Amino acid sequence: MSDPAISVTGLTKRFGTRTVVDDVTLEVAKGEILGFLGPNGSGKTTTIRMMCGLLEPDEGKGQVLGLDILRQRNAIKRRVGYMTQKFSFYEDLTIEENLRFVAGLYGMKPARAVVRDTLADLGLTTRKGQLAGSLSGGWKQRLALAACVMHKPDLLMLDEPTAGVDPKARREFWDEIHRLAVGGLTVLVSTHYMDEAERCHRIAYISYGKLIAQGTVGEVVRDAALTTMVLTGPRVAEAAQQLRGASGVDQVAPFGNTLHVVGRDGAALRATVAIVAEATGCRAEASETSLEDVFIQLMGQATDNMA
Amino acid sequence: MRRLFSPTRLRALLVKESIQMRRDRLTFAMMLAVPLVQLLLFGFAINTDPRELPAALVAPTQDRFTRSMVSALELTGYYRFIAPDATADAAERMIARGDVSFVVTVPSDFGRRIERGDPAQILIEADATDPSVASGAISTLSTVAASALAREAGVTPPQPAVEIVVHRRYNPEGITQYNIVPALLGVILQLTMVMMTSMALTRETERGTMENLLSMPATPLEIMLGKVLPYLVVGAVQVVVVLLAARVIFGVPLIGSLALILGGVLLFVLALVILGYVISTVSRTQMQAMQVTFFFFLPSLMLSGFMFPYRGMPQWAQWLGEIFPLTHFLRLIRSVMLKGADAATVADSLAALTAFVLVFALMALLRFRRTLD
Repeated sequence: MSDPAISVTGLTKRFGTRTVVDDVTLEVAKGEILGFLGPNGSGKTTTIRMMCGLLEPDEGKGQVLGLDILRQRNAIKRRVGYMTQKFSFYEDLTIEENLRFVAGLYGMKPARAVVRDTLADLGLTTRKGQLAGSLSGGWKQRLALAACVMHKPDLLMLDEPTAGVDPKARREFWDEIHRLAVGGLTVLVSTHYMDEAERCHRIAYISYGKLIAQGTVGEVVRDAALTTMVLTGPRVAEAAQQLRGASGVDQVAPFGNTLHVVGRDGAALRATVAIVAEATGCRAEASETSLEDVFIQLMGQATDNMA
Repeated sequence: MRRLFSPTRLRALLVKESIQMRRDRLTFAMMLAVPLVQLLLFGFAINTDPRELPAALVAPTQDRFTRSMVSALELTGYYRFIAPDATADAAERMIARGDVSFVVTVPSDFGRRIERGDPAQILIEADATDPSVASGAISTLSTVAASALAREAGVTPPQPAVEIVVHRRYNPEGITQYNIVPALLGVILQLTMVMMTSMALTRETERGTMENLLSMPATPLEIMLGKVLPYLVVGAVQVVVVLLAARVIFGVPLIGSLALILGGVLLFVLALVILGYVISTVSRTQMQAMQVTFFFFLPSLMLSGFMFPYRGMPQWAQWLGEIFPLTHFLRLIRSVMLKGADAATVADSLAALTAFVLVFALMALLRFRRTLD
């Protein structure tokens, strides 16, 4: 296998006394789509910023595209496309003017043709004179992505790119990401959405600055070793009340008319559920553990250093 | 139960407002400290009846009559002879540059004429570009000669003995506009240039576009030039407008070289836009940038010689005034426009402005954060 696109070890970043990213070691292969998951404030954005040269790590080292993240920041910037969490192009410039600006900064030639092709790919040729600030969330996101890949980067870092975007636009966005990855682009994308995590080749889960799980979705779910039971019946609400805090039960989550019950200790969970199901007249059966169940579990286990 | 005024609601608003006020440390400090600093600074520095103004003496024969005239002038409290034995040429350069406000010329036959009882003259040339500076010093002259010679010769005023001839140089009619309008060019440029560029980076930070800008390959020098150069164009428009107005509306003479004026203006504007940029590298918000700009603006108006005569301020205040580009620009533009000074005469001011450009540019590049840290 060729050199990894990202290979960092022991990345640590402190803001004052608070350690926001704590000893993160991560490797991403070329052409891979890595989903970077974690709750709000877990250090996803900070980690991404360190890897694309926007923040200086307090500790740790590593390479991005074979370039040193401490000493070769400028070279990294030329080969990485970074899409920020908040739309950060100029709202008071038109779509075309924004793209022109980016093309100019990367010294793309001929800038005019590159911008024209990008506009055509985006389907925004007729609206190129519109101010970027007047675009809807979905279009802003597409514009930002187009601007980030215009200079043909080898690595794309996307920070919660689909926040506030409707499902159809999200679907199209992910199709585009996969198309780009097939072309050899490595993608690191942070997200909260479980369905998006499942569209990644691999995922890494960070919580309170620590990387606590990584692998394929299947591996992460398997490694969590959770048992999940689903209860159905007219009195699931009552069952939920009885199950909360009961022996072997870690999570109780209603999904419509059903109840998902998750626990680490399979035997204890099954025993408890059987008793409650009996008492409330619900039907209980074993189910697949979902990625979401795993994440809720991981979040609960991680020590809270924000308090 | 909708009342027009509820003490509870007002209280909630007041509490919230005072918390926010205290959280914004810079604003809070400025509100408390700045008035005090400015009160002390300006209270001691500003003097509308300037005394001990620098003067040069051109007296080929330094006899006892000359000496007594000089000491009589010094006794008025308005004159301080910093060049007591100047040649006519040197004195001319000093007054053109603004180093001295007066040149006192005592002719070589002055003593002989007095002894013979012939009428004698001395010449006082006053730099009248700022009419208010010269007026006090000139008003005392009528009694000076009489008292000086009375003491020296031991005689009661030798009948129409000494005549003091006063030349109000550069602005004989004492028109205030001649002094103020060229200076206004500096003040207007300073206000707009520094304020606009001081927002340059904070605007990017506040709108969230800074992160994107930094993630793309642009060097700090490129970013700085990209931010400040457009304002040079705005500055150029202002310069043309003010100079035309000075000429056409106010009839201010333009004696010196226009190229020299424009060269000086260019240096001054460059210094200003880069200074604004420096402010924007240290400010976190546009609001802070504004505050810092104003904190800088007021003293520069007061201590540069725009509002009050520079030479009338105490020495420490004059030294303080040297740190403002406006001080040097005012010296330059007044010398060139009103006195026809050439490049050699204003070389000090040009050098000072160049130094500001270089120092500010260095500060800006060092302060610029290439990362979001």
